[in-house]
Amino acid sequence: MDIIRVKDLVKKFGSFVANDHLTFHVEEGEIFGFLGANGAGKTTVMRILCGLSAPTSGEIMVAGYNVYKEREKIKQNIGYMSQKFSLYEDLTVSENIRLYAGIYGMRKKEILNREDELLERLKMEEIKNKFIRDIPLGWRQKLAFSVAIFHQPRIVFLDEPTGGVDPITRRQFWEMIHEATKEGITVFVTTHYMDEAEYCDRVTIMVDGRIADLDTPRKLKEKYNAKNMNEVFLKLARKAKNGDDK
Amino acid sequence: MRVLLTLLRKEIKQIFRNRMMLPMIFVMPIVQLTVLVYTANLEMSNIEVVVVDQDLSQYSRGLVSKLDGSPFFVVKGSVASYEQAEALLLSDDVDAIVQIYSGFEQNLINEKEADVQLIINAINATEGSLINVYSNMIIRDYSNNLRTELSGFAGQGMALNIEIIPSYWYNPLLDYKIYMFAGILVILVTMIGMFLSALNLVSEKELGTAEQINVTPVKKYQFLLAKLLPFLMIGLFELAFGLLIGVFLVDLPIRGSLLLLFSVAFVYLLVTLGLGLFLSTISSTQQQMMLVAFFIWVTFILMSGIFTPTESMPVWAQKINFINPLSYFMRVIRMILLKGSGFQDIARDFYGLLIYSVLILSLAIGNYRKTT
Repeated sequence: MDIIRVKDLVKKFGSFVANDHLTFHVEEGEIFGFLGANGAGKTTVMRILCGLSAPTSGEIMVAGYNVYKEREKIKQNIGYMSQKFSLYEDLTVSENIRLYAGIYGMRKKEILNREDELLERLKMEEIKNKFIRDIPLGWRQKLAFSVAIFHQPRIVFLDEPTGGVDPITRRQFWEMIHEATKEGITVFVTTHYMDEAEYCDRVTIMVDGRIADLDTPRKLKEKYNAKNMNEVFLKLARKAKNGDDK
Repeated sequence: MRVLLTLLRKEIKQIFRNRMMLPMIFVMPIVQLTVLVYTANLEMSNIEVVVVDQDLSQYSRGLVSKLDGSPFFVVKGSVASYEQAEALLLSDDVDAIVQIYSGFEQNLINEKEADVQLIINAINATEGSLINVYSNMIIRDYSNNLRTELSGFAGQGMALNIEIIPSYWYNPLLDYKIYMFAGILVILVTMIGMFLSALNLVSEKELGTAEQINVTPVKKYQFLLAKLLPFLMIGLFELAFGLLIGVFLVDLPIRGSLLLLFSVAFVYLLVTLGLGLFLSTISSTQQQMMLVAFFIWVTFILMSGIFTPTESMPVWAQKINFINPLSYFMRVIRMILLKGSGFQDIARDFYGLLIYSVLILSLAIGNYRKTT
């Protein structure tokens, strides 16, 4: 079943076309990667799917709801972790968990049970009363991800979730993503780390606001006769107008 | 409801974890109410005058000592020529010159009339006219004394003299401090309302946490209400704290009902908080917000009637005051505290503020965008 269906999505900012007639679908339970240079339009797509940004035109359904008319229903069914740091630095680990859980209307008893479980899994029991600003970045990112899926959404959107994080933590982070898919959560992730693309079930490569190609990492590598995703990306991105400096 | 409570808990924790907040809540009212009440004062004393006494008679000296003896004037000295006095005025050493021409006493006795020249530095027009009023009062008083004395000599009947004895209602001692105190309470409550809530919301926009809230199913009114309610409480607390300072510091009278005052303050805070939130929905950074808020703030304060009565402003200015929430509350707080007005007397202002609050809050909520 398709949990996200996008047909002819166009987003313009004035005369600049950020997304140029994108058509794709995401299957329930998969890890769907969005790859592209900075400025290729990845974040714009994600913001539209989350209901943060209104599309210029196109048919878009997320979790069975229409992004034009049923934005708030979509929001009940998704989790989102933005590029910008999204937890409250002046609240503690535990307070952040309870805040977001409460926002989604979870019951107090359920929150407390699941909070203990989560803290144990993350090995953060000892720092649960520490302010977010006092804990290291890698821990914050793992916590932010856990908070984004705490209310058991159907889809979680991750916008470059591993930016600035060390390789070991990145590895752990991807393990957490795989765990989440086991619980039936669909993962939509943007990244510009090509090694991370290998972890995705299917990958979309965006160049200049268009989808340059979309397939499983294995098929992409065969098609472009490349050793790894990095080569695939370089072959496709060479045609780009909007460079990395955009 | 559960969502609102969750958000409220968050806001309250964050507000009181902000290091600036507690000092602001307690220090701001103390400083404003103690310092500003005494400095934002239109009463004058210690007006410095120089005397050019060209008569050097008993009567002219009498007038000088009368001036010197009043609480308003300090005679800084006596010079022989007008030129010397003018030099002092030009160098800003004195505020006014009193010139008594030679023949002053002679004229008074012979013609029952004599001239005194008064030259006032009126760079500050209000100050200038006050000096004029004060000195006229003293000179008239002195001439009345003389008249009695002289007519006694001449053996004639008492000159007819009509004296006005004013009775100052609501503030019998014309205590400027009480009047100002009420005004500064308004400033205090407004600052809490307009700036704190607005800064709070814009800073969430800057940090990116607002976006995180926007992808959740939180309703706009829930998010904004959670931002508004804590500051509403703080605003009411500030008013109570300010009144307490007033009672102890300047014997502030509370003639009307406190319940009425707090009810009006409640609605008034909804207006200012709504205004602050509205400003923060149209700005994306704290600087932008502060710039606009500051412009509005200064305009509203100066037009509010805190220093000058709104009735004496030009008609167009009075019309602008229609959208100035400060002018409503400024009027009402003085009426309730100093005059003991009841609901009937302030009903128009109350309903005005009520409508205003509904409009501005709807505008703020409507203008807040979860989707761009």
